[in-house]
Amino acid sequence: MKYLTFATAMLTATAAWADTPELTVYTYDSFTSDWGPGPAIEKAFEETCACDLRLVGLGDGAALLARLKLEGARSDADVVMGLDTSLITAAKETGLFAETAVNANYTLPVAWNDPVFAPYDWGYFAFVHNNDLAAPANFKALGESDLKIVIQDPRSSTPGLGLLMWVKAAYGDEAPAIWESLADNVVTVTKGWSEAYGLFLEGEADMVLSYTTSPAYHLIAEEDDSKAAAEFDEGHYMQIEVVGALAGTDQPELAEAFLNFMVSDAAQAILPTTNWMYPAVTPASGLPEGFETLTVPAKALLTPADDVPAIREEALAEWLKALSQ
Amino acid sequence: MLALILLALGAVLSRAEAGAGLGAGDWAAIRFTVAQALWSSVLSVLLAVPVARALARRRFAGRAALVTLLGAPFILPVIVAVLGLLTVFGRNGWLNAGLEALGLPAVSIYGFHGVVLAHVFFNMPLATRLLLQGWQAIPAERFRLAAQLRLTPFAMFRAVEWPMLLQVVPGALALVFVICLTSFAVALTLGGGPRATTIELAIYQAFRFDFDLGRAALLSVVQLVLAGGMALVALRFVPTISIGGGLDRVMPRWDAWGGMQRLGDGVVIAFAALFLLVPLTAVILRGLAGLPSMPTSVYHAAGVSISVAIASIIVLLLLALPMAGWIAGRKAGGVEAVGLLGLSASPLMIGTGWFIVINPYADPFDFALLVTVLVNAMMALPFALRILVPPMREAVQRYGRLSTMLGLRGWVLWRVLLLPRLRAQIGFAAGLTGALSMGDLGVIALFADPDRVTLPLQMVRLMGAYRMDAAAGAALLLLGLSLGIFWICDKGGRWRAEA
Repeated sequence: MKYLTFATAMLTATAAWADTPELTVYTYDSFTSDWGPGPAIEKAFEETCACDLRLVGLGDGAALLARLKLEGARSDADVVMGLDTSLITAAKETGLFAETAVNANYTLPVAWNDPVFAPYDWGYFAFVHNNDLAAPANFKALGESDLKIVIQDPRSSTPGLGLLMWVKAAYGDEAPAIWESLADNVVTVTKGWSEAYGLFLEGEADMVLSYTTSPAYHLIAEEDDSKAAAEFDEGHYMQIEVVGALAGTDQPELAEAFLNFMVSDAAQAILPTTNWMYPAVTPASGLPEGFETLTVPAKALLTPADDVPAIREEALAEWLKALSQ
Repeated sequence: MLALILLALGAVLSRAEAGAGLGAGDWAAIRFTVAQALWSSVLSVLLAVPVARALARRRFAGRAALVTLLGAPFILPVIVAVLGLLTVFGRNGWLNAGLEALGLPAVSIYGFHGVVLAHVFFNMPLATRLLLQGWQAIPAERFRLAAQLRLTPFAMFRAVEWPMLLQVVPGALALVFVICLTSFAVALTLGGGPRATTIELAIYQAFRFDFDLGRAALLSVVQLVLAGGMALVALRFVPTISIGGGLDRVMPRWDAWGGMQRLGDGVVIAFAALFLLVPLTAVILRGLAGLPSMPTSVYHAAGVSISVAIASIIVLLLLALPMAGWIAGRKAGGVEAVGLLGLSASPLMIGTGWFIVINPYADPFDFALLVTVLVNAMMALPFALRILVPPMREAVQRYGRLSTMLGLRGWVLWRVLLLPRLRAQIGFAAGLTGALSMGDLGVIALFADPDRVTLPLQMVRLMGAYRMDAAAGAALLLLGLSLGIFWICDKGGRWRAEA
């Protein structure tokens, strides 16, 4: 009798499992890792949706988009999370994304009204340095100083591309001159963020291109207050990370529910200390302790998404020319 | 195997839109790539010659450990090795600290010389191992004869060792050249900027940022042609001479007893060991500090990596042994060159190509481990052939007629003649494959199965999340496991042997 009960229970459980809809979300690697926001987000969303959330980590933002283009309309994904403002236009051009009605009281430094993508977190690019360093106040001062910096290659890394757009947004046609003055400060250019940050922590450079929120990691997770982000008076370029639903999804309601969840308090409160970015909507509980110590730039820079592809091409050519001499 | 590469290439091309040819930037990348690969391979092999010679002539405590450690730099994840090198040679490194203490100006590692230095660090030990096997293959009787004839050390080198070097060096050169050809992160990080753009970086950019599959395929072809060309040129120079049989006795070297010779060998070995061990020590020290902060998922990933490595070894041996046997029966050239192509094919290109092939029919995640194992075996094949072919050829030349007379064929031939004579080389090849698969990141990134993360991928993820300490710990674990698997196979092969 006991076996029968067990068997019945198993069968019911299997049936229930088979009925549970599954939502597949493609995102970048660091989101899904044990120490990233993934596990907490999955738990919180599954409590509300009676569904199975499957987070699939695939490289970084650029790799996500390349993957999506490879898979095309056949993709198993219902939602893509982790593209940023510099990839939005290219993503829309694939025609794979569906419009969304999601809206929230965004606390971004810029207005947001994109019909396809919803922002879930954001940050400012900044040069991170040790507290004992007298940091320069702008790119010109940095170029004139003999400080050494490590940056990422814009051809293989998102922050690297961000720096390119930053200099271009701040200086426009003067950008090549800025890059020429920076050339002797650049110790080296790395493939991705982790290599650059690793080099900086090794003491290979005085400053590294990262985010204003980077010192928060050291402060909160490591109780180390020795890192700071330099404030530049020409303003800081922003990175806004977005989530969007695919038109080919077989779970449109669930996908929309996930987008709504990502901008809700439940998700927003998880992100700051797991993804180490600012939440797109400041949760009712406020920012975590430690975030108030961070550098807050007086001015936010962001190139409109539609202009990014053309500017990127021009800026990349200028960058290559200035640093290859 | 060629078919596997071509299939991938064809698949990428099938999805490409008609695009432009190579731009000025691409040509600059090609020039840089070839220049650094030439310098790196020539220097690696040139420096390996005295080191291998010294190691072949001397017996000392710790020699076996040193020979095993020669495999270490090559199997380290690139970024770990680079950080290790920087601890020593970097702006803030031990070398510059020493120079500063002596009042000397600091040296910068960043630039063309830095790229070459790192490549020599990676490849000189590998070349040393390959050459060492060459020395070991010289019958002891020849040295005895040379000693009886009272040959001077130089004449002795000229008559006995030089012919062996002619046999082994071209293949080693070609192999290191091809490895350096596909370098990307090392070249960029130590090259100091976009001057150090390699073809592999251009391929990466074409796939990832521009999604220009046509350009990616074109650049992949350029890389294949360069590697294939180099391989053909190098292997043409391999003379097909037999150096005659011997009785496999231990090799006393009557020519090397002089004090100056001992001193010379000692200095060479000490320098090589320093160059090798100091950066490795840096990696180990960083790793030990990070071990406690490592999350348990790292151990899980280590389990996945071990099974991938074992599967790769089996697939490799099934591929490499028949291929080597087939090549050994023929004149040098063609087939081995094809082996090198496997190495020069960009993993990103192969991964993407197979993805395009598999995706319409099945979920690529289901094939993640299969593809990883296959590609690992393919990447290791050129090494295995380089290691297996020369002794296999030797065995066929020396004992071929005798075996035919005795009617040894098929499996019996392998069991009685080839496998016992190739024991050491098979162990070395298997160990290298295991270690390489353990550290491989290339294809797994595209096919990464969310539930089966490998150790190197886990390490990269830790680094990407500010957890540099935990990542250093994972790197140490990776180094330990890779060396472990290498040591077990290598030791198994060298049991009661000397090389």
